[in-house]
Amino acid sequence: MAADLAPPVWDFHGGLHIPDCKALSADRPIIEATLPSRLQLALQQHIGKPAEALVKPGDPVLKGQLIARASDYVSANLHAPTSGRVVEIAEMPIAHPSGLSAPCIVIEPDGEERWAELPAPITNWAETDPAELRERLRWAGIVGLGGAVFPTSVKTNVTGRQVDTLIINAAECEPYITCDDRLLREQAGEVLEGARILRHIVGASRILVGIEDNKPEAIASLREALSGDDDGIEIRVVPTKYPSGGEKQLIYLLTGVEVPSQGLPLDIGMVCQNVATAASVADAVLRGRPLISRIVTITGQGVSRPGNLRALIGTPVSELIAQCGGYTPQVHKLIMGGPMMGFALHSDAVPMAKGSNCFIAATAEEAPDPPPAKPCIRCGECVKVCPAYLLPQQLYWYARARNFDQTQDHNLFDCIECGCCAYVCPSHIPLVHYYRFAKTEIWASERERQKAEHARRRHEFREARLKRLEAERKARLRKKKEALEKKSTSAADDPKKAAIEAAMKRVAAKKAAQQGNAAPPPREGDD
Amino acid sequence: MEFPVASSPHLSGQNNVQRVMAQVMLALVPGIAALWWYFGWGVIVNLGLTSLTAVVCEWLVMRLRGRDPRPVITDLSGLLTAWLLAVALPPLLPWWQTVIGTAFAIIIAKQLFGGLGYNPFNPAMAGYALLLVSFPADMTRWLEPSVLGGHAVSLNEAWQAIFSGIPPHPQGWDAVTGATPLDHLRTELSRDHMISEIQRDPLWGNLGGKGWEWISSWYLLGGLFLLWRGVIGWRIPVSMLGSLLAVAGIFWLIDPEIHPSPVFHLFSGATLLGAFFIATDPVTASTTPRGQLIYGALIGVLVYVIRTWGGYPDAVAFSVLLMNMAAPTIDHYTQPRVFGAREDADGR
Repeated sequence: MAADLAPPVWDFHGGLHIPDCKALSADRPIIEATLPSRLQLALQQHIGKPAEALVKPGDPVLKGQLIARASDYVSANLHAPTSGRVVEIAEMPIAHPSGLSAPCIVIEPDGEERWAELPAPITNWAETDPAELRERLRWAGIVGLGGAVFPTSVKTNVTGRQVDTLIINAAECEPYITCDDRLLREQAGEVLEGARILRHIVGASRILVGIEDNKPEAIASLREALSGDDDGIEIRVVPTKYPSGGEKQLIYLLTGVEVPSQGLPLDIGMVCQNVATAASVADAVLRGRPLISRIVTITGQGVSRPGNLRALIGTPVSELIAQCGGYTPQVHKLIMGGPMMGFALHSDAVPMAKGSNCFIAATAEEAPDPPPAKPCIRCGECVKVCPAYLLPQQLYWYARARNFDQTQDHNLFDCIECGCCAYVCPSHIPLVHYYRFAKTEIWASERERQKAEHARRRHEFREARLKRLEAERKARLRKKKEALEKKSTSAADDPKKAAIEAAMKRVAAKKAAQQGNAAPPPREGDD
Repeated sequence: MEFPVASSPHLSGQNNVQRVMAQVMLALVPGIAALWWYFGWGVIVNLGLTSLTAVVCEWLVMRLRGRDPRPVITDLSGLLTAWLLAVALPPLLPWWQTVIGTAFAIIIAKQLFGGLGYNPFNPAMAGYALLLVSFPADMTRWLEPSVLGGHAVSLNEAWQAIFSGIPPHPQGWDAVTGATPLDHLRTELSRDHMISEIQRDPLWGNLGGKGWEWISSWYLLGGLFLLWRGVIGWRIPVSMLGSLLAVAGIFWLIDPEIHPSPVFHLFSGATLLGAFFIATDPVTASTTPRGQLIYGALIGVLVYVIRTWGGYPDAVAFSVLLMNMAAPTIDHYTQPRVFGAREDADGR
């Protein structure tokens, strides 16, 4: 075996080399956040249908108790992060780009941290049916913790598909974020154990861990955790370039295979999972613990003591900031996620969610207000950096003109919204904003179309039903009539009746002849 | 605590439109200096005239549109248009023609279409083409380069000539003006002269016309600067020059006595100015990577065709304008293959 040969790493088109600003928090060990005064848990912290609340205001809850149930296949359970009392279930502001409110369960902790009864650990997971393990992940409410928050039990359901590679995404390519870096430095073994469980669930033969070369300590920690039992796990170091942590980009970097346009990694026999997700999988399977906390990076020049906290889901952002020494006077913006793809929060009174990997309290120098946009001069800088090989300038042109057919012809839906195009734009056009707008409009019109289609089908069905009922009614009438006619024809066999009828006819004919002298006298047996 | 919200990304690069335009203008400076060296102060007076006219026109249009003229004037795109037009004009063109050309470029070709980013045609070339078809005699009356022992035009003489029409030489215009090398070649070829005969004329240098070849070289230097700075891409200049060299080379190989060499084409007229400064105007050029190769190559072919068989001595302006028209169509058919595109999708 050519073990001395470094495994090949491919390079994806475009991307950016931007200052990673990770030094602010990368050397701060993970500390447990203190118990907040209240926890606000949105029923929807994941992709899919919101969960259904199982508790009422006033109910006592135990740590790890299921408080809201997945309402659909693509949905996720929610557990009480600590013991206490449900004080309110209502619509409240959450961490959402447009500052929307959503139904939330508010828990007042009692400080006792009493655990609910947890399911038994599955230590012999290697002999356990993947479906059973998936059920455990589903129970634990695990979703993709890299930010996509897609239910992990659904993503790992590969029934009927062949999977050969599990990709573990440790790239953490966005500037500032260090939660995955810290997790790997401190708990690489846990991550690898979770990865092995995930490999068993999806039935893959190998695991590739992709990590950017700006995290040497995390790489060393992974290698150390791996030493001895290299059971088909490879650590692949990739050059630091944004967005190498994009699922499709990372898969290409590690394997040289492109995920089909508008397809899934599953289409090429791969499944990709984030390191924090892998760690929570290990926690759920090996200890029977649900997902009730996560590591979150609090950073930026706008916070006094940047760091990495393990905090309970639902902790208000303001309390996380307070634990990091509060804001500095220069704070200007509050960003959830990374500075390239995260969104700006209008307030810190919102709770952190399962997908909150980072909060950046940014100064005006770090996250400057964009200057007024100038016209697009079609310079093509955006084309050079687009990792999806799109033509951002053309997409912008058509999105702006609301020419949504053309945006789709220009593969709008292959845009991963990485923001590289807007970063390099000399005219400072908020390009990603235009693409989101176009996507939303297209989704809306698609929904409208489906609604109209649904209404049309219902209308047609109703028409058909009415027709059928009418036909049935007519058929019934005809049958009745036929039955009657049969009766009357069968009457002709009766001589007495026939005689009466003949007599009646004669009388009628006579009457008619007398009245008009027109009708010829009927002859007997003519009918 | 409340915070302002904005759409992602929250970081932004250092690039801006003004910087792009300023770098192009900077790259033009060596060429302008060479023009001034060989043709005297008329070049500088023209530059001042077009710049002033461009700024006034932009200000006027923005006022009429009820918008703040400052951001438009300070993005430098109008001034760049003015400079590109100025270097294309004969050094002693009457001032009112220069003003008309500039005003047409800014008001009609640029602002009436919506301003920067919306103009389908290169404004400087539109202005140049208007002047060329309207005032063909004045527009082809170039000075003799000073290296030919011609008269060095002083600032005062240039001023007098441009504003009052007084020739800069006591013996009249004919003493100081002459045909450009391209024009000369064209006339002589039409008289059935061989190229080897024509090239005996003192007008000829090593690569193109005397003086002209140096001006072109300085444009090339500016162009390389732009490439190095990443302000322009390599595709349009390389494909344009490549196709011009290829087509000219084929004909030259067939018969070098009636077809000038590819090198002459390269260093004559506005070839190098066009390849690096005109055809690369991003607003009006093709914007897809493959499209830019096609766009540039077709400009190169058109330049050869118009120079050889067309009615005008130089062809860069018309070639660029014609291809400006074709750019949207080229873009439509040359979309890049997107990441993960299925092979059977549509062959792109």
